[in-house]
Amino acid sequence: MKKEQQLDLYYQMVLIRRVEERGAELYQAGKIGGFMHLYIGQEAVSTGLIAAREPRDRVITAYRDHGVALNCGISVNEVMAELLGKATGMSKGKGGSMHMASVEKNFWGGHAIVGGHLPIAAGLATGDQYAKNDNVTICMFGDGATNIGYFHEALNLAKTWKLRILWVCENNVYGMGTSVERASAVKEIRQKAEGYEMKNSRIGGMDVMEVYEAAKEAIAYVRENSDPYFLEVDTYRFRGHSMGDPERYRKQEEVKKWQENDPIGIFRKHLTEKKAASTKALDEIEARVDEEVNKAVEFAETSPEPTMEDLFKDIYADN
Amino acid sequence: MAKITMREAISQALMEEMDRDPAVFIIGEEVGVWGGTYAVTKGFYDKYGPDRIKDTPIAENAIIGAAIGAAMVGQRPIAELMTINFAFSAMDYIVNQAPKLHYMFGGQFKVPMVIRAVGGGGRQLGATHSQTPDAIFAHFPGLKVVSPGTPEDAKGLLKSAIRSNDPILFIEHATMYQVRGDVPDEEYLIPIGKSKVQRAGKDVTIVTYCKGLELSMKAAEDLAKEGIEVEIVDLRTLRPLDMEPVLESFKKTNRAVVVEEGWKSYGVGSEIVSRIYEEAFDFVDAPIIRVAQKEVPLPYNRTLEQAALPQVPDIIAAVKEVLK
Repeated sequence: MKKEQQLDLYYQMVLIRRVEERGAELYQAGKIGGFMHLYIGQEAVSTGLIAAREPRDRVITAYRDHGVALNCGISVNEVMAELLGKATGMSKGKGGSMHMASVEKNFWGGHAIVGGHLPIAAGLATGDQYAKNDNVTICMFGDGATNIGYFHEALNLAKTWKLRILWVCENNVYGMGTSVERASAVKEIRQKAEGYEMKNSRIGGMDVMEVYEAAKEAIAYVRENSDPYFLEVDTYRFRGHSMGDPERYRKQEEVKKWQENDPIGIFRKHLTEKKAASTKALDEIEARVDEEVNKAVEFAETSPEPTMEDLFKDIYADN
Repeated sequence: MAKITMREAISQALMEEMDRDPAVFIIGEEVGVWGGTYAVTKGFYDKYGPDRIKDTPIAENAIIGAAIGAAMVGQRPIAELMTINFAFSAMDYIVNQAPKLHYMFGGQFKVPMVIRAVGGGGRQLGATHSQTPDAIFAHFPGLKVVSPGTPEDAKGLLKSAIRSNDPILFIEHATMYQVRGDVPDEEYLIPIGKSKVQRAGKDVTIVTYCKGLELSMKAAEDLAKEGIEVEIVDLRTLRPLDMEPVLESFKKTNRAVVVEEGWKSYGVGSEIVSRIYEEAFDFVDAPIIRVAQKEVPLPYNRTLEQAALPQVPDIIAAVKEVLK
């Protein structure tokens, strides 16, 4: 990968981190409502994954979607404004934290029913198969989503119909507060793909380059063979499931242990050791991100609320 | 005008739209090789091939989920549910995903999808396969619910549904595929969301749709012999609901009966009666009566099943009651 692109990946990961740190503050201050699920700790997964796609490849994910939205190229302003429920958010303030999307950026949401978007992903790929193009649909979901019926119907259909889908399971050890070993009959999630004779692999998700390389290979396989692929990515969320999670299900030592493998720290070390970037250059990126996030918060806070007219807008697409 | 069956009308609508628009495809259980469990898509597989007539696994979430996804990226899928009772397996998609996607993402996504589902009792299929749960689906803003009662309406409404950019649940009745009616020879469309007066009269307004229309027409014929002229308003679309023809008729007759096949509690009749009371209370000359299914899971036994379903004599009795 070229140096510029590596620096861009670093920028994206830091951007996700800062947006969410500020988001958490704004949530505590009562400016963001509803549920908010932070991606902090998992940044390398979607950053590496989405860097490996062609722009025509579609992305769809669950409700932990701020990072994915930013990786897909949605502006910080629109993400922040959506968090604050403003008319300038990319879903015009009607979706909130869990429902970010952009047709223009080929990002198909932001879906809040666990596992519910997997059959929809199969549908995006069915649409592409019907149109006879070779777009790949990248569908991300958590380990928790692999125990629900939707998952199995979607995987079965994908394999039976030879749909171009890269299934990406972000195994962050817990579905809300229930660990994989307490919820799943098999320890390795990828074993479920074996049941559908689906090509699969399991990789680490804290090193963005490892994710990128694996994703590149998997996407190429899916495109060339018109066959789904299942990628299990080991990762960890440093924060609670959502804001206000008492975290009684895990020990602080466990969190600390994972935090020693902070994906941003790992990549920073990689870049400086490989002399791809100086410490100063990376610091400059972080300063640029800080400024950008500050401006986005200001943009969101000064943006208009949706109007009462908007309340009844877009219920139907037909006039 | 040609006299054709409901089955032929629906089949013609599907075929005409598939011929017109290459983005239209059919997806569902046994729609292809089998020819459709109610033979609506008989011959389609040979004509259009497996890409456009997609046989699926028995997996309702996959069927409706995949139809939604394909619709989002610009195709126009028609998903077939073998019976509306299987809609409960895919409830999340029908009421919690498809109707929300346009609104919740600020108008970015469109879901031009039709779900055809066969509902209704009267075929001795037992409690889990005989329901008329239309009102449940009509509860959700963002979904359109259409349920025709004549071949002409079925064809024109289905063609409009396929051309619509919104998710539409199109409910057919299992006992009505052989119902015959006149259908125009030339191409035509019937707008979604428009109720229609199917029979003119001056004494009592019957508000109904789908199977209720068939029964109400028979009741009206019998009542006419006794000198009672019933006006029948066919809702055709349950959401968005067009109350104009209902209110117009009621303001003329001042008396109404609502006929539906589903259960009375929390049903279509409950909605219609409330709306009449809210919007035309000054015109009420007698309490409005609802004719509906008895509040039991529908039994297998033919006599019991027929006793639970609304029948022509029930409608006649209700009309006479509101005229007292």
